[in-house]
Amino acid sequence: MKFGEFGGRYVPEILIPPLEELEESYEKLKNDEKFKRLLNHYLEKYAGRPTPLYFAKNLTRRVGGAKLYLKREDLLHGGAHKINNTIGQALLAKFMGKKRLIAETGAGQHGVATSMAGALLGFRVEIYMGYEDMKRQRVNVYRMKLLGANVIPVKKGTQRLKDAINEALRDWVASFSNTHYLIGSAVGPHPFPTIVRDFQSVIGEETKRQILEAEGRLPSAIVACVGGGSNAIGIFYPFLKDEKVKLVGVEAGGMGINTCKNAATLTRGTRGVFHGMLSYFIQNEEGQIKKVHSIAPGLDYPGVGPEHAYLKESGRAVYTHVTDDEALNAFITLSREEGIIPALESAHAIAYGMKIAAGMEKDEVVVINLSGRGDKDMESVMRRLSLCSTNLS
Amino acid sequence: MLHKSLITYLTAGYPTLREHYKYLSLLAEYSDVIELGVPFSDPMADGKTIEMASRKVLKHGFNINQVFEIIRKFKREHDIPLILMSYYNPIYRRGLRNFIEEAKTVGVDGMLVVDLPPEYAGDYISFAREEGIKTVFLVSLNTPHKRVAKIDDITTGFIYLVSRYGTTGAKNDLHPMLITMVKKLKSTCRNKIAVGFGVSKGEQAQKIIKAGSDGVVVGSILLDIIEGEKSYRKLQEKLEELRRGIKS
Repeated sequence: MKFGEFGGRYVPEILIPPLEELEESYEKLKNDEKFKRLLNHYLEKYAGRPTPLYFAKNLTRRVGGAKLYLKREDLLHGGAHKINNTIGQALLAKFMGKKRLIAETGAGQHGVATSMAGALLGFRVEIYMGYEDMKRQRVNVYRMKLLGANVIPVKKGTQRLKDAINEALRDWVASFSNTHYLIGSAVGPHPFPTIVRDFQSVIGEETKRQILEAEGRLPSAIVACVGGGSNAIGIFYPFLKDEKVKLVGVEAGGMGINTCKNAATLTRGTRGVFHGMLSYFIQNEEGQIKKVHSIAPGLDYPGVGPEHAYLKESGRAVYTHVTDDEALNAFITLSREEGIIPALESAHAIAYGMKIAAGMEKDEVVVINLSGRGDKDMESVMRRLSLCSTNLS
Repeated sequence: MLHKSLITYLTAGYPTLREHYKYLSLLAEYSDVIELGVPFSDPMADGKTIEMASRKVLKHGFNINQVFEIIRKFKREHDIPLILMSYYNPIYRRGLRNFIEEAKTVGVDGMLVVDLPPEYAGDYISFAREEGIKTVFLVSLNTPHKRVAKIDDITTGFIYLVSRYGTTGAKNDLHPMLITMVKKLKSTCRNKIAVGFGVSKGEQAQKIIKAGSDGVVVGSILLDIIEGEKSYRKLQEKLEELRRGIKS
């Protein structure tokens, strides 16, 4: 139930039975051959797995250090890694006899992926999304609607991912008899962080196979962005025992790590208990959760998955941060150098990956998890660049 | 501790620090037990009324020292048990032992930590026992029998039965399973039982007591009156109505 001392199931009593039911069903199903075949079928034929591990030659040349490989989760159906988890959990929900899926979403990618899985497998879908995020990810809101989901604006609190999770939990307390809460990040009460990690681990498993094939060796470092931490834990997990592989999580430094406008939970946060888990949170000394900021809505969360808290604590992974501006520069660089427009979330990993690669030997290898594509971010980037007068022409 | 008891809830510091004590004292006139809530930024077990109250209070910079000050004053002037309700994070941040010691010093009689289920409550239970603070745990309509027995074992105050599937917030009806669950708890638990969540009317309270519950917890409807009509008299009328329902 716990990762070291982190994680757990800190929820009101009413949620204990549905969480136990979920855990039991998942334990039963996860090793079931028929389920695994079905999941693989959808991952391959519907979502587009395996995704390529792409050697970014131009970017490598520009950086002038270690070889940079990109794990192309951006090429998945829906445009991000989120579909790995939503198909898995939707199949699980089907097995449990649920008729309705609810989910929270920040950037909208998880909402879109849930809506897709819902349409595919015949669920009614309702997505909670902070009103602030709806404004900055309008295209994704429309995609969800098109896919048949009902998007419920959350106009409370900070109107972002945290508040969307609050509302989804409130819904679930009243609806669990027919509804599965399809949580999108490796957060929340047990067994959610474990389930999400397991379904996302396919990223790391493929990466391992692919890098051995391409380079005949494991990478020196793997870099992934961390909001709640689902894409990062997905690529880290199969490498945990390969201790020579450095695992680097990149959090949102926002407007700077010494301002109050960032979302670098593992760097700036303190331990706490929230959203059902013991982990790190950005909070005041009285335990009130604070407002956070990132240019990337998917990283704009004041907490982090408990397994990341554990990996930080144990020293197996390290966590760092890049600012909005650095992410934005990486966003442009990758677009220019490789013709790949990354999601703003993933651009954080690109920025840091380039940074460390520059200081490494040319025969070393760095894998960056390109967790999503950036189409959803066009509007905010356009607005931002015109404000900063960074000239794209 | 409970017998046909009216337990009223108020968020500490609500509606404003200046007016709070006046309302708290009014509730005390009509209640057998007071449940005072520690405001929290993200109260996920609560509906919109209590969430709004929390947010309002925190916006004015209200802090936990002030919660303790209110209790200290209240317990000096009133001879009525007070249960402190909180989410776990504010307690965790202050340090579990510190929090419980401070609570005891200012006169808290019992505590309810909404998101600290028995699995993680080991230290809490032993510190509370050392300090002589009663523990209140939640039971829900879907709590299996074996788990109810476990909760009954670790409870020293009373069992708080959540009346429905959902968050707090005034409702007009009662869940069809509620009466059966009250009877079941009464026949199997050694602790007293109080029912809360959604109770807003004297008539509901009466039914709950008739089914054998030892107490009824009422909160959101009172906050709705304070927030909406801001009428002292309306609040008195509501408290009288609830009390009539319970004591009849």
